[in-house]
Amino acid sequence: MAALTDLTLAALSQAMAKGEASAVEVADAHLKKLDEHRALNAFITETPDRARAMAKASDARRAKGEAGLLEGVPLAIKDLFCTEGVQTTAASNILKGFVPQYESTVTANLWKAGAVMVGKTNLDEFAMGSSNMTSHFGGVENPWKRRGDNRKLVPGGSSGGSAAAVAAFMVPGSTGTDTGGSIRQPAAFCGIVGLKPTYGRCSRWGVVAFSSSLDQPGPFARTVEDSAILLRAMSGHDPKDSTSAPLPVPDFAAAARNPDIRGLRVGIPKEYRVDGTSPEIVTLWERGIEMLKAAGAAIVDVSLPHTKYALPAYYIVAPAECSSNLARYDGVRYGLRVPGKDLTDMYENTRAAGFGKEVRRRVMIGTYVLSAGYYDAYYKKAQQIRALIARDFRQAFEKCDVLLTPTAPTAAFAAGEKMDDPVTMYLNDMFTIPASMAGLPGISVPAGLDKDGLPLGLQLIGRAFDEETMLKAAAALEKAAGFEGRAAGY
Amino acid sequence: MSLDKDTVARIARLARLKVPEEELAPLAGELSGILAWIEQLNEVNTADVAPMASVSDVTLPMREDKVTDGGIAEKVLANAPGGAVYIDPTDRNAGGFFTVPKVVE
Repeated sequence: MAALTDLTLAALSQAMAKGEASAVEVADAHLKKLDEHRALNAFITETPDRARAMAKASDARRAKGEAGLLEGVPLAIKDLFCTEGVQTTAASNILKGFVPQYESTVTANLWKAGAVMVGKTNLDEFAMGSSNMTSHFGGVENPWKRRGDNRKLVPGGSSGGSAAAVAAFMVPGSTGTDTGGSIRQPAAFCGIVGLKPTYGRCSRWGVVAFSSSLDQPGPFARTVEDSAILLRAMSGHDPKDSTSAPLPVPDFAAAARNPDIRGLRVGIPKEYRVDGTSPEIVTLWERGIEMLKAAGAAIVDVSLPHTKYALPAYYIVAPAECSSNLARYDGVRYGLRVPGKDLTDMYENTRAAGFGKEVRRRVMIGTYVLSAGYYDAYYKKAQQIRALIARDFRQAFEKCDVLLTPTAPTAAFAAGEKMDDPVTMYLNDMFTIPASMAGLPGISVPAGLDKDGLPLGLQLIGRAFDEETMLKAAAALEKAAGFEGRAAGY
Repeated sequence: MSLDKDTVARIARLARLKVPEEELAPLAGELSGILAWIEQLNEVNTADVAPMASVSDVTLPMREDKVTDGGIAEKVLANAPGGAVYIDPTDRNAGGFFTVPKVVE
């Protein structure tokens, strides 16, 4: 048998079901990988003792015939999900040492399904970033490198640690959150699958809030099927999150195992052909179109006329909501406190020392656009643009069942590149943000390597609450692309 | 929209962020750059468009109006950065307080 850490999540589950490996052996094999690849800085907190205890309990459940959907599967959790009794930082100095007294709904669902937590992964501070470079705990290294070039590359962000951990075979799956591309873009940079569900599919309760109308938890895995298995365990209505949808959870993996897309209408939005996209990504996109066509799909040209306005509108909505959400960090109830000469001074000192540069920048933009006299010009305008973006997608989905686009305009870049100007960094999310603004599901599938040997991803976007069609198309693309790339040395 | 130093200082005050004097000018430049880029939204005519507050078409469920949680003062206060004070130290779930610097003379 192959090494336990080389198996997909589905194969690992099968091996444990057949008694070929115990959950404890599986946990130990993966914890060893965490040891070997600690230099990637993918984790903020490793939880080996908890992992072994959970694995032991998992073996006991299996012995009693009570195995769950993810029984014994080791997972890494983005350090944005509150985990009871385990430090949760959001990669911010302001939450250093914060130990939640409760468990997020999504992680509680995973443990209920039998999964085992190996640790909490690194991310951009409060999930604000596309490189993982804004973390208070340092950047994460992408396991991939350009051929013949030893420079460290970023894993993307904000869920950079979760993506790197899966790409380096430290875990078969992990959780992320996606506000404007924070699952899909790092998945593309790291050569793995990343799925952002429909807004409302997974509960946000217990997830440190960034932009509440956009934030959505979702899985990372190395195959489409594995991401579908994880999504099923994570999903479901939660009375504690009023925006979580009271809808049944389909068997997503069944859709992923049936990549028959004959007759499926795949839309190609012409506005996604923009300057600044790497020519290799444009070529890959064309190859992706050919692959789906060869698999029996009908290719349809569609138009999403307000695409170019999604990004600037996002940079009103997200900072506005973040400035409100982050008002709670005042040094009074949890987290960092820096003394001051009076209460206001304590607030200002605490927040200046606790928040990093990008977070301070977004809190200030958000405060400005919501301040008296500017609301109509900015926030209201952005919400009107958002309505137009959602309408574009609705009209496109009258002509097609799923959309195919690139995930990111470039492959992974080196740490330090694109750091000078915030807007240049924001452009990384130009292909992922429109679906986020409309609340639609999206998935990034690794589809090839560029001339430097770096992985590139293609994105499929589905109708709201129709992840199944999206997964079917993703599985067909995965099968046709036959991506088997693996970062050298991992 | 170009922001000056005074406006940045006012925003920082509203956001309760201490910004040292020497950082105000560079920050004004950065924030102005972002706002100038955002201004392309003015190209779009949104006169008759209703603002979208929620992406969800699903009617959000109502729950019964009753207490579902509580009696966990110790958990609520567990991360208090200034330490916690309990009304009755022998029963930590009976209630308690966060502590803050003195605000009234």
